[in-house]
Amino acid sequence: MNYKTYPFHSSFLCMRRIILFLSIVLACFSLKAQQYDNMKVFKTYDEFKQVLEQDDDKIHVVNFWATWCGPCVKELPYFEELHQKYNNNDVEILLVSIDWDKHVEKKVIPFLHKNEYTAPTIVFDDPKTNDWIPKIDTSWSGAIPITIFYKGDQRIFKEQAFHSVGELEEIINTLK
Amino acid sequence: MKQLLSLSLAIALIGLFSFTNHPGHGYKIGDTATDFSLLNVDGKMKSLANYKDVKGYIVTFTCNHCPYAVMYEDRLIDLHNKYASKGYPVVAINPNDPEAQPKDSYVAMQERAKEKGFTFDYLFDDGQKVYPQYGATKTPHVFLLDADRVVKYIGAIDDSARDAEAVEVKYLEDAIAALEMGKNPDPAETKAIGCSIKTVK
Repeated sequence: MNYKTYPFHSSFLCMRRIILFLSIVLACFSLKAQQYDNMKVFKTYDEFKQVLEQDDDKIHVVNFWATWCGPCVKELPYFEELHQKYNNNDVEILLVSIDWDKHVEKKVIPFLHKNEYTAPTIVFDDPKTNDWIPKIDTSWSGAIPITIFYKGDQRIFKEQAFHSVGELEEIINTLK
Repeated sequence: MKQLLSLSLAIALIGLFSFTNHPGHGYKIGDTATDFSLLNVDGKMKSLANYKDVKGYIVTFTCNHCPYAVMYEDRLIDLHNKYASKGYPVVAINPNDPEAQPKDSYVAMQERAKEKGFTFDYLFDDGQKVYPQYGATKTPHVFLLDADRVVKYIGAIDDSARDAEAVEVKYLEDAIAALEMGKNPDPAETKAIGCSIKTVK
């Protein structure tokens, strides 16, 4: 009886090991993918506005972009570099994609993976733009990219593209 | 005398600054917009003064490459077809520098106008002199002028870029209706997402 069950037991164990091994390998490969897989999508400004009102000691850099926006895509590497540099310690980077909800799976997530970005990203898709654009900033025309730098009550709004990490740090330093 | 001199200098300076146009600091409601002479896709130069018997102008900064501009192409054609005969032609202007965005070259504009069958004029802001005066910052960006080129409405065509079927408020058509009744549009300004105007730094 034992003789018969033993090899079965052994192959079962072996199989479990293989499965475990494969799971670890898969997990390693999908580690980066997982970061953006459960992308948070905000459908209304009321839900979204909390990201612009974090009341802590950190400097928040919130960049609005979209996969269809050339100048946005061009400046994203500087925000990624900034994220890696500060690692969310005293400066927290947040990328806000205003791509449409239905493009999240097919465009936004593949774009972030392809470029191997790690900076935290959310999607904000509220079609009632005339209601919320002035709430972000009364001077904002609605063109992207824009970036909001804030710390507590201090707030800097920029409707422009950035061309280096240095340009971003210059503004960050004024909030320190 | 010295005081008078510095006072007039101050006034001159204020005057100078108020006439300096930066992008985003263009026309406000009530300002009189400039006329221009720009190359149309038909190869001819066009000015607002060339439009006869008009009650206003739907000056629309738009372009080929921007997905938000593309979403409004059919609606711009419909607007022109509906309102040109009533005295409000669509005057489309591409403000982008083709060096920064090759899809917005003059030749590409001609191709797109032909492909889509644009019934309205599609002008090229060659040298990017016109859009900063208007204060256009994106595509699409509409400036509704009355017959005297007074700016009456600035902003979006309607409240649903992505889906013409889901439009709830037709801002521009409402603004034209207000002008027709001799009233000022309300809202006179609206905001919508668009593509920034492309320039070579």
